[in-house]
Amino acid sequence: MDERNFAYMAYGFIAAWLIVVVYVLTLATREKKLRSELERVRYMIEARDKKSS
Amino acid sequence: MRQAIILLTGIAAAILLSRNIYNIFLVMPDEANQGAIWRIFYFHLPAALTSFFLFYLGAGASIGFLVNKKPSWDRVASVANEIGLTLALITLVTGMIWARIAWGIWWAWDHRLTSYLVCILLYVAYLMLRSAIDEPTLRGRLSAVLSIFASANIILVWKSIEWYRTQHPGPVLSIRNGGGMAPGMEALAYWNVLAIALLMVATFLVRLRQAEVQTEIETMRRYAHAA
Repeated sequence: MDERNFAYMAYGFIAAWLIVVVYVLTLATREKKLRSELERVRYMIEARDKKSS
Repeated sequence: MRQAIILLTGIAAAILLSRNIYNIFLVMPDEANQGAIWRIFYFHLPAALTSFFLFYLGAGASIGFLVNKKPSWDRVASVANEIGLTLALITLVTGMIWARIAWGIWWAWDHRLTSYLVCILLYVAYLMLRSAIDEPTLRGRLSAVLSIFASANIILVWKSIEWYRTQHPGPVLSIRNGGGMAPGMEALAYWNVLAIALLMVATFLVRLRQAEVQTEIETMRRYAHAA
């Protein structure tokens, strides 16, 4: 019983931290995506402004 | 300035969490009836309390958006609800793992667990609604209404262990007249509430900055496509 008790405690902590890690990883992925998207839109605006001038 | 706050809260959270984890695993004795598994409480409770706070922050910001129509209120609401949902999932999963040992079952359809599951499903619906609507004002208005509606459920989750006989334990904290914990054990729970809250402040600010950049991109894209 004690061993099982200890194992489930470990599962609980692992699960909690796993959710945090997955969320942080999604934040990091989103950050990367946003940067490249921002660059692309800036490029689009520059191209448009050059075309119109 | 925001960068400094993110850094400071992140460092403070890391130091406090390290201290708390040391105390939880190496200083605190096993609980007399539950053994080692009761330590899950030190993450279950702080995650739940922080999620409640964030859901109410989300509801407050949603009211702010409906009154002022400023996109910044909508951003705060969406970020608060998203992080609140992450913490609610942690609460649910850790609770289920604890229940498997303490009750012998993963789940019971009692008032506390069911109302919390409904709460989680409402916030999942909130995020799905946001991703389904492109027009920012309509998205903000509809999701604000859902956010306010969903937050009404929090009081039911909070009070369910007092109003009904539940499988879930009754209040244990002395601030809720629970008194079910030794003072040293209870103090550590509050320290971990602070640590998790600090970690979430840092996460909130990072995510808020991303939401701001997303708004900037949407504005620039509209400008780029304008005739």
